[in-house]
Amino acid sequence: MGKIKEFIRKNKQFTLFAILALGLIAVAILAPVLTKYDPYQANLGGALQAPSAEHWFGTDKLGRDLFTRIIYGSRVSLAASLTVVAIIFVGGSLLGVIAGYFGKAVDTVIMRLSDMMISFPGMVLAIAVAGILGASIRNAIIAIAIVSWTKYARMSRSLVLKIRHVDYVSAAVVTGSKVSYILRKYMIPNILPTMVITAATDIGGMMLELAGLSFLGFGAQAPTPEWGLMLNEGRVFMQNAPWMMIFPGLAIFVTVVIFNLLGDSLRDVMDVRDE
Amino acid sequence: MLLDIENISVKYGNAPKPTIENFSLKMKEGEIVSIVGESGSGKTTVIRAVLGLLPGGGRVTEGDILFEGKSLLGYSKKQWLDLRGSHISMIFQDSGAMINPIRKIGSLYVDYIRNHKKVSKKEAWDMGCAMLERMRLPSADNVMKSYPFQLSGGMRQRVGIAMAMTFEPKLLLADEPTSALDVTTQAQIVRQMMELRDEFGTAIIIVTHNIGVAAYMGDEIVVMQNGKVVDRGDRDHILHHADDEYTRELMRSVPTLEGLRYV
Amino acid sequence: MSDRVPVLQVKNVTRRFPASDGRTLLANNKINLEFFPGETLGIVGESGCGKSTLMRMILSLDHPSEGEILFKGKNIAELKGEKLRQHRRHIQMVFQDPTLAFNPKMRIRDIVCEPLLNLNVIKPSEKEAKARELLEMVNLPGDFASRYPHNMSGGQRQRVGIARAIALEPEVIMCDEATSALDVSVQKNVVELLVGLQKKKNIAMGFICHDMALVSQLSHRTAVMYLGNIVEVLPSEKIHDGALHPYTKALLGAIFDLNMDFSKKIESIESEAPSPLDVPVGCPFQNRCDRCRDICKQENPALKRMEEGHSVACHLY
Repeated sequence: MGKIKEFIRKNKQFTLFAILALGLIAVAILAPVLTKYDPYQANLGGALQAPSAEHWFGTDKLGRDLFTRIIYGSRVSLAASLTVVAIIFVGGSLLGVIAGYFGKAVDTVIMRLSDMMISFPGMVLAIAVAGILGASIRNAIIAIAIVSWTKYARMSRSLVLKIRHVDYVSAAVVTGSKVSYILRKYMIPNILPTMVITAATDIGGMMLELAGLSFLGFGAQAPTPEWGLMLNEGRVFMQNAPWMMIFPGLAIFVTVVIFNLLGDSLRDVMDVRDE
Repeated sequence: MLLDIENISVKYGNAPKPTIENFSLKMKEGEIVSIVGESGSGKTTVIRAVLGLLPGGGRVTEGDILFEGKSLLGYSKKQWLDLRGSHISMIFQDSGAMINPIRKIGSLYVDYIRNHKKVSKKEAWDMGCAMLERMRLPSADNVMKSYPFQLSGGMRQRVGIAMAMTFEPKLLLADEPTSALDVTTQAQIVRQMMELRDEFGTAIIIVTHNIGVAAYMGDEIVVMQNGKVVDRGDRDHILHHADDEYTRELMRSVPTLEGLRYV
Repeated sequence: MSDRVPVLQVKNVTRRFPASDGRTLLANNKINLEFFPGETLGIVGESGCGKSTLMRMILSLDHPSEGEILFKGKNIAELKGEKLRQHRRHIQMVFQDPTLAFNPKMRIRDIVCEPLLNLNVIKPSEKEAKARELLEMVNLPGDFASRYPHNMSGGQRQRVGIARAIALEPEVIMCDEATSALDVSVQKNVVELLVGLQKKKNIAMGFICHDMALVSQLSHRTAVMYLGNIVEVLPSEKIHDGALHPYTKALLGAIFDLNMDFSKKIESIESEAPSPLDVPVGCPFQNRCDRCRDICKQENPALKRMEEGHSVACHLY
């Protein structure tokens, strides 16, 4: 207990943002408890109502409660961005480690592939991929993962190259370590802190990209409550029902900020090298 | 008396124990003093203190350092800048590492000269070339036009010595000047430093863990352990008649060509 | 001497590295060396002479461009995969810098037992006991097993490095400047430990070092390398007055020895070694040798046997 207190005292910023991020996740999980409405239940009679005690964030063009939809939308947005980050974190890092450790042809193939990916503007390529695969939140995840893994591959590769020829890795080879063991025991622990920090910082960015794709119609499809899509739906009514854009926008903004700052403070926490 | 270090103690930060304790040294012009000791003995701290270059909150807590009769401890920034390079200069283990890698030797050297003396760029360049030539660097002009990484370790060390000697300082402080070098290059640099005394009358303090080099160069050899001087004297005294047990053990540990063989 | 069987033979090994703009770096040129059980071969040379490349090939961390490395008659330069991994138990290494030689996140116990676990010599449950046993062999307290490397002094760490190297009971141990990062008094203890272990276990040792005096102390024979070539191999007790090659003599002349005649000016060749990117045709030492003749510029002299255990590659002999 004392240790936890000490940690909190030393890492106030991290603790704050970790609590906020956990709060967001709790909101997503507890969505049915937090609101009495159904996010899909249309009520055409009560369409485009301004925020009130009954409907805190107002209603949309089909009379659905906006607060409810934003709460439920956090489920979609959070799950999707965490999935993207998990995929690129694991896949990209692994490819990078393999490229860095084995070098030669393996390295060339993986790195040229990644060069190809970054030679396109990310969003454009994602739109193309989503366009080809068809618009759905799953395909949006795939599209963004395809264009975003390269950063992880490059970083983990360079981290591996940094220690690849350090004496203690040579020592591991000379003492008969299996390659899988060296990767597991030497390479991955070495790159993990940096990669985790990168992943944490990336959650917000990925969320923005997903929302962007949905906004453009390449991601989530109606009637899914997804923040990007909701923004797009509200666009037409910007003049007479601005809440339809303001609240989803705010939701995206707040979430992205929280995760970005969480990533930043995680960097400070992990930089302290203590045994 | 050129340099008179009177009983100084140096402390870093809030360390309870001083890094060096009661260190004294008197030097005449043209004298060479070797300070030997193992890692952590405080030998480098001594010369850093003389040049006012103690890193990280290090300070002289006791004693005084007199250079040509004047105490250095109360010097202002301006006075230090004036002193360093012109009257006392220093060479390091790897002079290459002290040189900005993205600048050519010549441009650095010219800046260095012009920081100390009001001359034109052209004059500074010529001064630099002349000094490099005096340090027997072949084709000084080419050296001036090179980047540090294009020179070998030995050549970089010569450039370091040349720069240090530009204003013919009376005292040269050398911090492990040959430790990064190969045996043959080490011999070249040692010979070069010995010639500085003959040519310029420079007094030298050389700090080294190579006891052979220290014995060869030093008129006086100071042996340090854990921040204290444990023995001092001329070569014969230190090598063969040391009073101190640690010094005797140190001398026995140094491998020699005709010495003890294990096989 | 000739009836002894070498445990490790380096035969005509050449290693070239491709360099930029189509040039080649000749790191090792037709190296021949033999390692005998219970004997130390010192390898001296200045930086860039190729001694580290040679060592990496002996340890199968690199492959020769040409030539063979025979361990008990079997060419280990060809081994790959699992066969190579199993072979590694025979040749081990002690590294130069004890601060870089260990995974900083591993405890000493795991470090010294790693080779044994890798090759399934011991079970994980035997780790603690084995670690203590190994540490005691290198005169460290068994309790050090639960420490981390950064909680130890340089000399202690180097002992751990030796413990790791002997764990698999190898026939050959290569030491890469194993004592140069240490203070002299610590160096002396580590050398005594190495020599003692070698005698007890009849290990063939390769001791790579730039300090001629130290090499002459602890090795039986000494090989002198210059610019990728072995220029002289001689019994170590003859180093001081029996060296023949002009380069060996130049090295000796440049040593600051405590027994030297201090009144004499130190000798040193003023020039610098050429880059291994453009090794001259003929003798590698030609441009720095004051006895260079025409033939030296045309033909690289082969190692010639002068007497038992002493060969020299020089046209003068």
